[in-house]
Amino acid sequence: MSLLRVENLSKEFGGVHAIADLNFTFNVGTIHSIIGPNGAGKTTLFNLISGIYTPTTGRVFLEDRDAHGLAPFELAAMGLSRTFQNLQIFFNMTALENVMVGLHMRLDSRFWPALLRIGGIGKKEQEAREQAAELMRFVGLEAYLDTDADAMPFGALKRLEIARALASEPKIILLDEPAAGLNTTETEEIDELIRKISETGVTVVLVEHDMRLVMGVSDHILVLDNGRKLGEGTATDIQSDPNVIQAYLGAGHLGNGDADD
Amino acid sequence: MFSEFLQFLISGVTVGATYALVALGFSIIYNSSNVINFAQGEFVMLGGMSTVFLLSAGFPLPLAILCAIAITVVIGLLLEKLAIEPAREGSVVTLIIITIGASIFLRGATQIAIDKEFHSLPAFSGEEPIMIGGASMLPQSLWIVGGAFVMVLLMWFFFDHMKLGKAMLAMSYNRLAARLVGINVRMVLTLSFVQAALLGAIGGILVAPMSVTYYEVGIMLGLKGFCAAILGGLGRGWGAVLGGLIVGVAEAMGAGYISSDYKDAIAFIIILLVLFFMPSGLLGKRSTERV
Amino acid sequence: MTGKLMNPRSGGLLALAAFIVAVPFLLPNEFYFDVAVRAGINAIVCVGLNLLIGYAGQISLGHAGFLGLGAYTSAILTANYGWHPLAAMALGATLVGVLAFAVARPILRLKGHYLAMATLGLGIIISIVVNNEADVTGGPDGMMVPPLVVFGFEVYGEKIWYWLVGAGLLVSVWLALNIIFSPVGRALRSVHGSEVAAEVSGIDTARYKVMVFVISAILASAAGSFAAHYSGFITPSDVSFFKSIELVTMVVLGGMASIFGAVVGAVILTILPELLTWFSEYEHMIFGLILMLTMIFMPKGLIPTLSVKMRIQGGARVEGKQS
Repeated sequence: MSLLRVENLSKEFGGVHAIADLNFTFNVGTIHSIIGPNGAGKTTLFNLISGIYTPTTGRVFLEDRDAHGLAPFELAAMGLSRTFQNLQIFFNMTALENVMVGLHMRLDSRFWPALLRIGGIGKKEQEAREQAAELMRFVGLEAYLDTDADAMPFGALKRLEIARALASEPKIILLDEPAAGLNTTETEEIDELIRKISETGVTVVLVEHDMRLVMGVSDHILVLDNGRKLGEGTATDIQSDPNVIQAYLGAGHLGNGDADD
Repeated sequence: MFSEFLQFLISGVTVGATYALVALGFSIIYNSSNVINFAQGEFVMLGGMSTVFLLSAGFPLPLAILCAIAITVVIGLLLEKLAIEPAREGSVVTLIIITIGASIFLRGATQIAIDKEFHSLPAFSGEEPIMIGGASMLPQSLWIVGGAFVMVLLMWFFFDHMKLGKAMLAMSYNRLAARLVGINVRMVLTLSFVQAALLGAIGGILVAPMSVTYYEVGIMLGLKGFCAAILGGLGRGWGAVLGGLIVGVAEAMGAGYISSDYKDAIAFIIILLVLFFMPSGLLGKRSTERV
Repeated sequence: MTGKLMNPRSGGLLALAAFIVAVPFLLPNEFYFDVAVRAGINAIVCVGLNLLIGYAGQISLGHAGFLGLGAYTSAILTANYGWHPLAAMALGATLVGVLAFAVARPILRLKGHYLAMATLGLGIIISIVVNNEADVTGGPDGMMVPPLVVFGFEVYGEKIWYWLVGAGLLVSVWLALNIIFSPVGRALRSVHGSEVAAEVSGIDTARYKVMVFVISAILASAAGSFAAHYSGFITPSDVSFFKSIELVTMVVLGGMASIFGAVVGAVILTILPELLTWFSEYEHMIFGLILMLTMIFMPKGLIPTLSVKMRIQGGARVEGKQS
């Protein structure tokens, strides 16, 4: 059983095919990267997988279950988590509360016990706070345990989103450009974090432009161009694939430089 | 039978023309700033009431009209500069409340500066009804529809054929890009309020001879004009006009054939139906949010 | 023990209870009690409305419609059909809940101005119906409402009503706080923060929006029933578009996402018109001015703005961002 499978997937926006006829399979427990020039359809692909967009044609399968027509929250319940390219942090809450929202599915979120304050809600909330704090430590945000989200630096917010996404104990996590806007040190930290996440058994799929990060951390790379699959394989495979080199990496880039954006 | 229908149609188109002007004002402001100006109806009220005031102060009618328009435009300008601009980065709710506050303020100020009484203006070209196919039409109706038509054409010409107008439209498509190409955003914003005030004032002056004007006349006009704007598709000029006419005619028909008690409810029933089934309106575009 | 007092939930609740108990000793006569009762009734509506506007980030410009439905259902059933007031109130709240539930999903799919207009349209339609169906509702002249009956006693007089409304307010605030300090409350706030992020975190945002809309509608209905029985008289102008605006203003003035802010806003804006009658003619101008100035300079509302200032100066650590 594959973890994520995409068959003949297409997404059209008013005549423009953001994704066209895409097929791939991701298996459990590996780190996958999706790369491609701007406009190749990477974020669209993430939106299709996480239920934010509906495919024009084709299907997405999560653990062999058809995800068609399912809302994002239903897919989340099936073990899918994601972060966003333009941060979607809850700026009206503290950092801790942001992560606690990620815990939502695992908490007792029944209405009546909450309304009437029965069923030990106080204690459960305390436990939730502790779990969220643990997650924040896991991603390296122990300095921000008492901070409001709107007072945190950009790099920290990117990791906060990751902590939130991990809170639901997903089977697969989609990271949309986790290193975008980060400097070299911060990117290395993200690299370590991704490996750490993978070691806990979560399958990681990332969209990235930073080639050093991608080539260093990925077990498997999928290359998109104009919404189509250009190639896939390990870092070595990709670096020697002539199609990929020509379309994307450019002659002379053999995996040791950043793409310039 | 037919003459009755025609009668309703005439009064519907007349009222619809006023709604169209109000709706157009909403659209222009919305296009340049994404603000819904709940004080739009007050521009209509100010046009009519200022004319009344100036007339009673001894101004000849044409001068009173011009000055009334000028007064309303200045108020629109002040509204934009003092109330909208400081809060431009605020949330939708914030801006809604500000314009509602402005409308309450303007009503209160008018009540003090003038009074709470009903007023009227003399008809522009007499009170002798014109007979068409068994239905009677007041000459003022022609003024209203004709005046509205002229204003709509002027606006169309401005937005479609003049550089400044196109610049304003560019703002509605992408504000950041508009700034980057050198369009002066703040001036555009101010200009949009000036235009909306102008349209409102003219509408108010045209309509005052036919129906009473008083300090609260703007409330329902504003709300129904907004319904018309949404019906036509918020931000679409022709949509506003179409929406206004449809709401006006629907009201007249509903009042005539069904029940005049519920006349006011018609616009709001329309708006609920539109929002439930066709939120982008008749001519509106669907937009997708990028994540 | 001090820990419990510093906790915004129980500390605030205790403070509110103390305030409610202390106030009668400060009020010189019945007139002031009347203002207090009306402020309390408004506060009950605002607590619910704040959940909708401040926490869940939605908007309603038609809540007076729900207030009106509760009020008129109570009025009609008790005056014309001899129902027991509490049964009438329960039925009113149920009907309003059902109506709110029915319109909630289509309405709450809308955002921003569209949502504002839809709720506004709904509220106005209700007030027009109430105005027109004179046979049943007494039309523009309004109708008389029999007094409330609790445990066989007729509730009569400003002082008794004060305690009744005070108790009702405390219960409403307690319930609202319970919701806020729970996963449900966080889900509501996440809808406000970023709907798409909430969705991918497993939150059915549509369901939560409907939930908070219905709760706020039911609270408004109950408060409306209270208001009807209290004044013994109800007219369509009590439930007009202006009342809806007044309610939203109370919430926004007192503080978005602040239950106690909602109470403060309700109290201030109930007292204000009384003060403004000194200015009689200038009432509207000043009211409009206050609306504009508050939104320009204190867009988050009184309580959150003040509490931020206090936090910067005092450094007291408050858990979460609620107050």
